[in-house]
Amino acid sequence: MRITVTVDGTKYTDDVEPRQLLVHYLRERLGKVGTVVGCDTSNCGACTVHLDGHSVKSCSILAVQADGCEVTTIEGLARDGRLHPVQQAFHDNHALQCGFCTPGMIMQSIDLLADNPDPDEKAVREGLEGNLCRCTGYQNIVRAVRDAAGHMKGGAGPEAEQVTGASQPVGGGN
Amino acid sequence: MTATVEPEVGKSRLRKEDPRLLTGRTRWTDNLALPGLLHMAILRSPMAHARITSIDTSAAKEMPGVLTVLTGADLADEQGSLPCAWPITADMKAPNAPSVAVDKVNFAGEAVALVVARSAYEAADALEGIDVDYDELPVVLDMAAAIADGADLVHDDLGTNSSATWIFDSGEAGSGGDVEQAISGAEVLIERTYRQQRLIPAFMEPRSVVVDPTGEQFTMWSATQIPHILRLMLAMTLSVPEHKVRVIAPDVGGGFGGKLQVTPEEILTFLAARRLGKPVKYTESRSESLLSGHHGRDQIQKLTLSARRDGTVTGLKVELLADMGAYLRLVTPGVPILGAFMFNAIYKFPAYRFVCTNVFTNKTPTDAYRGAGRPEATYAIERLMDELAAELGVDPMAIREKNWIKHDEFPFTTVAGLTYDSGNYEAATAKAKELFGYDALRTEQRERRERGDSVQLGIGISTFTEMCGLAPSRVLGSLSYGAGGWEHAAIRMLPTGKVEVVTGSSPHGQGHETAWSQIVADQLGVPFEDVEVLHGDTQSSHKGMDTYGSRSLTVGAMAVVQAADKVKAKAAKVAAHMLEAGEDDVEFAAGAFRVRGAGAQAKSVSIQDISLAVFAAHDLPDGMEPNLDSEATFDPQNFSFPHGTHLCATEVDTETGRVTIRSYVCVDDIGKVVNPLIVEGQVHGGLVQGIAQALFEEAVHDESGTLTTGTLADYLVPSAADLPSFTTDRTESPSTTNVLGVKGVGEAGTIASTPAVVNAIVDAVRHFGVSDIQMPCTPMRVWQAIRTGRSDAGGLGGEAGGGLGSIDTSGGAQ
Repeated sequence: MRITVTVDGTKYTDDVEPRQLLVHYLRERLGKVGTVVGCDTSNCGACTVHLDGHSVKSCSILAVQADGCEVTTIEGLARDGRLHPVQQAFHDNHALQCGFCTPGMIMQSIDLLADNPDPDEKAVREGLEGNLCRCTGYQNIVRAVRDAAGHMKGGAGPEAEQVTGASQPVGGGN
Repeated sequence: MTATVEPEVGKSRLRKEDPRLLTGRTRWTDNLALPGLLHMAILRSPMAHARITSIDTSAAKEMPGVLTVLTGADLADEQGSLPCAWPITADMKAPNAPSVAVDKVNFAGEAVALVVARSAYEAADALEGIDVDYDELPVVLDMAAAIADGADLVHDDLGTNSSATWIFDSGEAGSGGDVEQAISGAEVLIERTYRQQRLIPAFMEPRSVVVDPTGEQFTMWSATQIPHILRLMLAMTLSVPEHKVRVIAPDVGGGFGGKLQVTPEEILTFLAARRLGKPVKYTESRSESLLSGHHGRDQIQKLTLSARRDGTVTGLKVELLADMGAYLRLVTPGVPILGAFMFNAIYKFPAYRFVCTNVFTNKTPTDAYRGAGRPEATYAIERLMDELAAELGVDPMAIREKNWIKHDEFPFTTVAGLTYDSGNYEAATAKAKELFGYDALRTEQRERRERGDSVQLGIGISTFTEMCGLAPSRVLGSLSYGAGGWEHAAIRMLPTGKVEVVTGSSPHGQGHETAWSQIVADQLGVPFEDVEVLHGDTQSSHKGMDTYGSRSLTVGAMAVVQAADKVKAKAAKVAAHMLEAGEDDVEFAAGAFRVRGAGAQAKSVSIQDISLAVFAAHDLPDGMEPNLDSEATFDPQNFSFPHGTHLCATEVDTETGRVTIRSYVCVDDIGKVVNPLIVEGQVHGGLVQGIAQALFEEAVHDESGTLTTGTLADYLVPSAADLPSFTTDRTESPSTTNVLGVKGVGEAGTIASTPAVVNAIVDAVRHFGVSDIQMPCTPMRVWQAIRTGRSDAGGLGGEAGGGLGSIDTSGGAQ
């Protein structure tokens, strides 16, 4: 099947097998290997990307379902050499160790902050329930998300992520 | 640069590793793509114990994109036997361990065939085209039954399911008295049997391996903790010359001992690539990882503690059964033995005996998992100290204080024969109690108990120590380990004064690049940013013993420090020459040499100036080689003994069995700290893995030997929502056995936290007659214990930790 998808601001048209998962399309066809696969039951969330601005586990949808959509991956967040505020907060708060869960964790955190710009600890923990980390014990991840919230004046969300035809910085900058 | 520059060591430097990881510029093995890369998939046995009567691969071979299908029969002559480097006794029974089963499978998940195809999808499709006939054999699952007379055998040719029995006896070793005497004369005897459930390391990055046979060397990229050991073992297992193998561990996504292995998949990928002459990749699915990657723990601990009525401990006897699973992997037999020296912990036992029998079963092999032997020991002794306190009706902290090694008694040689160099249990405990509000919580506990609150409060203590920094080579030799415990490092001074540090440690999330940069910045007086740390490639980092056992800082970084000393010694000769002074008359501070006593304003030459001068080599001291580069191999004199006091308050809903951690305070003493931020992260992550053993995780096999916890929906790795925040702090008793004064921290949290949590749960419900709850302490098990007051709440709660795999509660969970 032929699909057209915009990924991190670039438009791609490809023939894909109907059964191909979005994450495999991103990794193997487009070379977007920043997005990773951590499980096969959609429990770990390592593969989380944004589809039209909302987080999805890219192992749980087919590439053909992304036809006509905009996908943002971890590779599309930093702009003009500047990290997205959530990326920066993960760095500042030592919210990653091995870094394998980090792309998914950051994409989910941005989605969480779009829904709730000022989450308390409980809200962050519940908002990240679908993303597993084996290294950090989550404490610094929770701290990072709350720190990022304080730096994101414009909030996160679908509008902030539209890149085609718009030059709006992701997440409103800081 | 002046002599007052702030030291790097001790700073909470943000990590150098982060920018790539945060932006997806990563080099996980599965990210690799090479020209002509082929993909391998593995067919695994659904049977735990069966003879393979036939395998028909003809249909699979006809499927699109398939280059080859191979079985054990095809590879029998070249696959060798997977290595076990730790024959713990001279008479240890070790089965042949094929990477792909030839005529018999011994655990569910063992490889029986492989497919190599153009794409991963085509390889997976072709597995469906392989037809295997099995003749089922009786499965051996229960350890005690496995070593009973007349038991069915996992390996017929061994004639027994008992691999080895390893004994330490303080009376025989001369390090203490006779434990039987202590027991027979005991005023108080505490006898318990604890179960260390089977766990799965569950690193986030599934294992992946790529082998490229197209160069002069075979190059293997692998998601491994041990590139150097892997290279050696490939050479020894496959009879490929060692110098024809290069192993690279690129970005590696966690290990926790789970990637301290030479895996069947690495061997099979190598063999497939060698046969086809093309690069081949294998990446496991999560289900394969949980099913066939090695598991951890799985012991039955029979414990006898003798004491006087005043609470003084007099003896400790430990009788273990340790489940090896179906095969002995790299260090499988030695894992329980690493606990042998730690059951006595921080307490002054006068007599001690440890006996461990390693048992084969038809389950996934076990091996190292974070803590490896020490969590089991710490759990047992910390649970026993609480039981002794309950028996005597005294506060569990008081019983510990009475028996622990006092601050002024260090260095202290224990009944197990180890010499603890430093520690201060009083200081860590005092700080922890204050942060925790120990006395107030005890008061609240009493009040809630008196008024019959449906939610009861429990307080759990774990005053742990552990031995890490593996390891003095002579000690490893005495334990029959197959290698030494040294580490290697090299420092390369580049002409512009930048520094390359080569380390034999192999990080997979720990932050070595940042920590090593801090250390070298101080040692050589160069900026933190000017240091590049090279690791994980046997071509650039040619020598090493890799990363496990909390050894990287206490062993690996010591090699770095020694290499830096050699660089400075060489540089001093050049500096003296440039300053027209005697070599003994120059001194080094803050990155520059000056004539001793000449003052800060005197002429100086920086290490960068010297690097350039040595590169040019126009004017060096007579006979000096134009080279500052240096290397060192460090062999530690002793283990490292971090310790700490962990306090956990749990609230247990007596109507539902639900356990909530209300607060968790830990004060760890890991000596000097290089980077407090990294240390805190290690502690947080460690705590959670230990808490997960107490509350959530268990690998469960059903009565046919099938793993029922084969997905992350069933094997309950906790999420953020399952956990509290922790209060962490430190005391500092510098190690006296290394120049930095550091101790290991990677496993401490995991070792300490499990008994703190379980002690807290039992403490909350002890008045119902409960003296133990089997881990993981699921709501069902806790509820059951409260209802029955049983000391051993197995039974109905013998299910997995509440995941989907636990639905069948009638199953014979083993």
